[in-house]
Amino acid sequence: MRLLFGSCFTLLIAAALGLGATWLTLTRGVAFGALNIGAWTAWPKSGSVDIDPYARASIARSGELPTGMGDGIAFYAHTDDAGEDLDGRCTFVIDGMTPPARYWTVTLYDPQGRLVANALDRHDFTSEEIVRDLDGRFAITAAPLARPGNWLPTGGIERFVLVWRLYDTPIGVATRTTKEGPMPTIVQKGCS
Amino acid sequence: MIRSLLWILAAILLGGIVHLATVLAMPQTATEDAYSRLSPLTPVNSVVALPSPTAKSAIMPFMDPAFATAVCRYDLRGGSIKLIAPVSQAYTSVTFYTRKSIAYYAINDRAAGRHSIELDLMTPEQHAALPEDEDVTAADRLIIESPSTMGLIVLRALAPEPGLLPMARQALAAATCSVQPAQ
Repeated sequence: MRLLFGSCFTLLIAAALGLGATWLTLTRGVAFGALNIGAWTAWPKSGSVDIDPYARASIARSGELPTGMGDGIAFYAHTDDAGEDLDGRCTFVIDGMTPPARYWTVTLYDPQGRLVANALDRHDFTSEEIVRDLDGRFAITAAPLARPGNWLPTGGIERFVLVWRLYDTPIGVATRTTKEGPMPTIVQKGCS
Repeated sequence: MIRSLLWILAAILLGGIVHLATVLAMPQTATEDAYSRLSPLTPVNSVVALPSPTAKSAIMPFMDPAFATAVCRYDLRGGSIKLIAPVSQAYTSVTFYTRKSIAYYAINDRAAGRHSIELDLMTPEQHAALPEDEDVTAADRLIIESPSTMGLIVLRALAPEPGLLPMARQALAAATCSVQPAQ
C-alpha cells in the first residue's frame, strides 16, 4: 500500500516538475551562449547548427525562423537598462552607439512577435531612414503618443519587445566584451 | 523519514528526465513550426514571395518588416537544387533552414561577391556522387550540403526605406530555385 502510494506520488511530482520546467524554459526563452549587452540579449549560436536543444524547442514551438549566422544577429530587449519591463503606456528613449554593421533595423513587437497596430503604420526603423543630428547621432522615442523625431509607436500595449538586428556584422559568437559591441541604452522617461 | 526523502529524490530525478525528454521531443512534435506554416503557401521547389508582416497578420512571428521575403521550400529527393538570386540594391541574404528550422547556412550579397547569388544545394550523397573532374573544374561553384532532404531557403532583400520595398520585392521575384536532375 505504502509502495503504491509512494510511487504514484513520485510519478505525479515528476510529471509536474518535468512539464513545468519545460513550459517555463520554452516560454521564457532560455538558451545557452547568451550574449548580453546592456538590456539587449542575443543568442548567436541559435543561427547555426550549434543551436542548443532549448532554443530548438523554443523556435519549433513559436514558429519563427532564427536569423542565420552568416546573415546577421538579432538582439532582444524585454526591459530597459534599469531592468523595468517595457510597458507600452510609458515613454522610453533609445539612443547611443550601435556596433559595426552594414545595416541595422530596430523593430517593436508584442511579446508574441506580432507587430503592433498604430495609425502611422510604423513598426521599425532602418539605419538608413532614421533621422540623425549633425554628429550622426540618433535617438528613438518609443511612446504611446506621437513624438517629434524618431517615434516608434507602442500602441499603448502592456508589454512590448524591441529587436535590434545587425546585418553583415562582425558581432557574433566570438564577441565577448561590450567594448566590441556597444548597444544603445533604453531609458524610461515617465508613464502616462 | 529517509524513505520519503528517497521518494522525493526519485521524483526530482524522474522530473528531470521528463523535462529533458519533452524538450528534445518538441521539434519532432511541433505542428506550428515555420515549415508547417509555410507548407500550404509554398509549392515545392519554386520561389514564392511572402506577404510582408502587418499588425493584423504575419506568417511567422518576429519577421523583420523592413525586408521583402521569398521562400523556396525544397525537396532534394528528385535531384540537387540550383538557386539563383539576383542581388537587390541594398542588402540581400539567403539563409538555409532544415525541416526543423535550424539555420545551417547563410550568405549575403557581399560574401557572394557578384551580381547574383548562385548556389547548388544537395544532400551529402548527391555531393559524393558528383563526377570528380566536375568538382575540380567547378571550384568557383558554391556547393551547399543540406543535412535534411527537405527544408527551406529563405531569401531576404532589405528595403532601407519603406518606399523601396517594391524594388526589393522585384529583385526577389527574379530569383529561381530549380531541380537539376542527376545525369
